[in-house]
Amino acid sequence: MEQFLVNFGLLIEFPIVNLKIVLDGVMIGALFALAAYGLALVWGVMNVKNLAQGDFVIAGGYVSWWLVEYGLPPLLGVPVAFVVMAGVGWIVYLLIIRPILDRDLFTTLLATFGLAIIMAQLLNLMFGSDTQAVDLGYDTLYFADGFIDVPIAKLIAVLMAMGLALGVIIFMKYSRMGQAIRATAQDARAARVMGINTDRVYAFTWSLNAAICGAAGAIIVMVWVIQPFYGITHSVRSFVIVTAAGLGNLPGVIAAGLGIGALEQYGAHIFGIGYQQAIAVILLLLVLIYRLVQQRRVRQSLQ
Amino acid sequence: MARKFLFYGALIILMTVAPFVFPAFKTQLATIWLMIIVAMTWDMTGGQMGYNSLGNITFYGTGMYVAALVTIGMVYDVGDYTNAFGGKVYDFSTGQYFSGLIIGCLAAGLFCALTAVIIGYITFGLRGPYFAIGTLGVAIAAGELVSNWDWVGGGQGIALPIYPGDYEVGKVVFYFLFAGTGVVLFLFAKWLYSTRFGAAINAIRDDEEKAEAMGIHTLQYKLATWAMAAFFVGVAGGISAFQLIHFEPLESAYQTINLGIFMVVCVLLGGKGTLWGPVVGAVLFHVFKEVTWNYLLGWQWVALGVLIVVTVVYFQGGVVGWLMQQRPEWFGVQRVVDDTSTEESS
Repeated sequence: MEQFLVNFGLLIEFPIVNLKIVLDGVMIGALFALAAYGLALVWGVMNVKNLAQGDFVIAGGYVSWWLVEYGLPPLLGVPVAFVVMAGVGWIVYLLIIRPILDRDLFTTLLATFGLAIIMAQLLNLMFGSDTQAVDLGYDTLYFADGFIDVPIAKLIAVLMAMGLALGVIIFMKYSRMGQAIRATAQDARAARVMGINTDRVYAFTWSLNAAICGAAGAIIVMVWVIQPFYGITHSVRSFVIVTAAGLGNLPGVIAAGLGIGALEQYGAHIFGIGYQQAIAVILLLLVLIYRLVQQRRVRQSLQ
Repeated sequence: MARKFLFYGALIILMTVAPFVFPAFKTQLATIWLMIIVAMTWDMTGGQMGYNSLGNITFYGTGMYVAALVTIGMVYDVGDYTNAFGGKVYDFSTGQYFSGLIIGCLAAGLFCALTAVIIGYITFGLRGPYFAIGTLGVAIAAGELVSNWDWVGGGQGIALPIYPGDYEVGKVVFYFLFAGTGVVLFLFAKWLYSTRFGAAINAIRDDEEKAEAMGIHTLQYKLATWAMAAFFVGVAGGISAFQLIHFEPLESAYQTINLGIFMVVCVLLGGKGTLWGPVVGAVLFHVFKEVTWNYLLGWQWVALGVLIVVTVVYFQGGVVGWLMQQRPEWFGVQRVVDDTSTEESS
């Protein structure tokens, strides 16, 4: 307890530390937002709550890490992970997701949870349970007498995340498939009447989600660490972000992603890194309680 | 009627002689009963009331800790006991052990029921998947908090005294404690589902808004059902604490992704919302788990994940649900064969 207070005191004594924490949080939060956007996509279009979201991220990270081990330049790992995970996503869709699309929500939750177990265990069997990272070998920039350190790798990661997000947004807005996806999200039956093959739209949405997650994972492995069992924490984070922001609210998802990143860094600073998972989960509970209070208010106004 | 008595009689004889016929599997048989208990309690809210909780494991872990702390606290100071962790010898007499076992398990059950009411008051406003995720969050958070709480032993957990007397006799005692709790729970559930209360929670499952409109105080029913389920899970957790002797928070008490998910898979495998489904599912699941753990080492978790996915995706009705479709007369449903409406009877 005293340690927490000391850590908290540091924040007030050295205000510059706050800036460093927020900067760190925002840079990592950009990647959380990417995975969360994928979740918002499948949630909104297919009404599937994917608990294997984090495992797609970790799998993408391993694809990139494995290629780097074989001598590929690390930055190339991102597009490769994107493509590979799109393929994995398609297979997963055909085997698991398509049969449960019109079942109740708990079924999809449990099926994707089983998928999460399978993926985490397969990754563990293939790559071992050590934490892995890819070192880009770039310098670190220092500001404010060395209080703030910004590795160039992290800047590149943020830029790549922004580029990917921008690409997806443009795709969703202007391409035929993007329009079909948005039409299906609005009203699947009307979309079918208009001649949209919704089954193909679902398959495409799912593998696009897996691909976004894979690319996010390939970026995460450059600036952070991955481990086969870190997936669940990433899934919980995605849920926190999407639940906080609401569906179909892209600026909200980005803001919530950056916010979660910063809050987690604050939590890690005050309580220590051991509480990282607990902080993610407690944030989820707080968001759920907030939604609950909001819902109560809606119900009251209906009376 | 006679056939029914024969059936139940055979089952009671089977469960009584089982630990003596298969002496090498005493602990395994006790674990089957544990699975039956947690699966049946999960089905109370998940199958009968339609609230799919992923956090019932909270009560299992809390039950373990409450039982252990009550037992230790009646004799020694808990802080000293957990601080000394193995460094100092603490003796428990036979009387202290058994009074701790009985009072501890009952206290665990009551405390968990109370916890369920408090957590339920917050979480039962959540509907559908939000409820599942919220309760999962509660379970993970509870495990993390306990593992960082030094007064109860922190991440190292607590060691309880070993069974006074013969070790093998102890195993049989724990078997019958689990079996007794399981039988009480089964009879309680059988009675409960036949009352107005059972009809009310089924109404909540089928359509909560309509149930509310019909004048059912849904929140009270939901809290009561969850509290009953939590009571039995808490008692089972308390017995487990004594059976395991030493337990620690994340892997054995709040084992979110092990037992916490296993109980759901047991129910789905057996058949959700039926009296016998959780029992059948728990037995099948435990046998499957032990076989894969023994013969597919390294791949056991993958096999388990595949079982979960296959059960959920392709075999949703479960064994009992499938039997109900095939042989409705076994469940007291008369088959109507005269005209086109044959399907309605199931």
